[in-house]
Amino acid sequence: MGPLIPQGIIGSQWDLVIALLIGIAFGFVLESAGFSSSRKLAGVFYGYDFTVLRVFFTAAITAAIGLVYFDHAGWMDLSIIYVNPTFVSSALTGGAIMGLGFILGGYCPGTSFCGVAIGKIDAMFFTIGMFLGIFIFSEIFPWLEGFYLQRPLGPVKIYETLGISSGLFIFLLILVALAAFIVTDRVEKNIHKNKK
Amino acid sequence: MNRKYMNPYLAGFLLGLVLLLTFYITGRGLGASGAVKSTVIFAVDKISHQHAQESGYYSQFISDDAHPLNTWLVFEVLGVLAGAFLSGAIAGRLNFKVEHGPRITSRTRLAMAVLGGLMFGLGSQLGRGCTSGAALSGMASLSLAGFITMLAIFGSGYVYAYFFRKLWLK
Repeated sequence: MGPLIPQGIIGSQWDLVIALLIGIAFGFVLESAGFSSSRKLAGVFYGYDFTVLRVFFTAAITAAIGLVYFDHAGWMDLSIIYVNPTFVSSALTGGAIMGLGFILGGYCPGTSFCGVAIGKIDAMFFTIGMFLGIFIFSEIFPWLEGFYLQRPLGPVKIYETLGISSGLFIFLLILVALAAFIVTDRVEKNIHKNKK
Repeated sequence: MNRKYMNPYLAGFLLGLVLLLTFYITGRGLGASGAVKSTVIFAVDKISHQHAQESGYYSQFISDDAHPLNTWLVFEVLGVLAGAFLSGAIAGRLNFKVEHGPRITSRTRLAMAVLGGLMFGLGSQLGRGCTSGAALSGMASLSLAGFITMLAIFGSGYVYAYFFRKLWLK
């Protein structure tokens, strides 16, 4: 029963080999989807290419359904998987700073590595910026620490906050995703028609 | 010649399976910015061990018995580079170039790329993870933080998009 490494079913000496193999699959899929191109990624913000939304939403839903199903079938103990803790202030502010980084830089960290791998020089400059940004954050951390730890909610799940079951939440998420796929498809077609 | 990209829904499904497998094997999701963080910590620790020890941020992640680059995410990102290279090689997309919108020069693009990377680096540390670790993996585990981070990144992006349209549009 999963998860395998935390329960000692696969020895932790395999941890880094598995990391490398999973990384290869991750990078291969991202690049195949076109995430090595900043103009394609930026398209989601201007309506000419919604690939990011399609891939991102489909992936999140596939994995979320899989996790709940694995738990239900008794293949995996969901209670011991890592759930990132919620700190409302820093999550919102950090997200808003990352949004600016996305518009200016045209990449996010994972996609910039895909760009680097196929020779995109702008992606290489983006990663240099990332090193600088993380270094700056670390140096100014003493001033940010209070804010960084503000409004902690712990590792809560969104359906608990909303007071509904995980199954109902996933169902609603699928409806939102389908609506988004249909609407963005129209928007994209309209924009390309108007260009011609 | 650039060959066509994979169907986005198929790519999303495959990415979801990779993410599910990652949770099944390791008990946690994927990531990206964490590998850069480890590298920064490694570099700072090498240059001044004392400074790293005294810093409230680095000191959380350094210990005497574990090498700072021996982390799961560093190896995962090495894999990402290899996997993306492989995909690019198969599709004939390998070449050195600066990709930019039609209204800006390569120089502007590169300056903005550094600035964007800097912002993403800062934001990912404040937000405890980037699009991969906090938003995508967080959403898969149905964590509240995952959804807040995703909405903050993309929601704010649409606000900034208007002001920086010259970077990307005709």
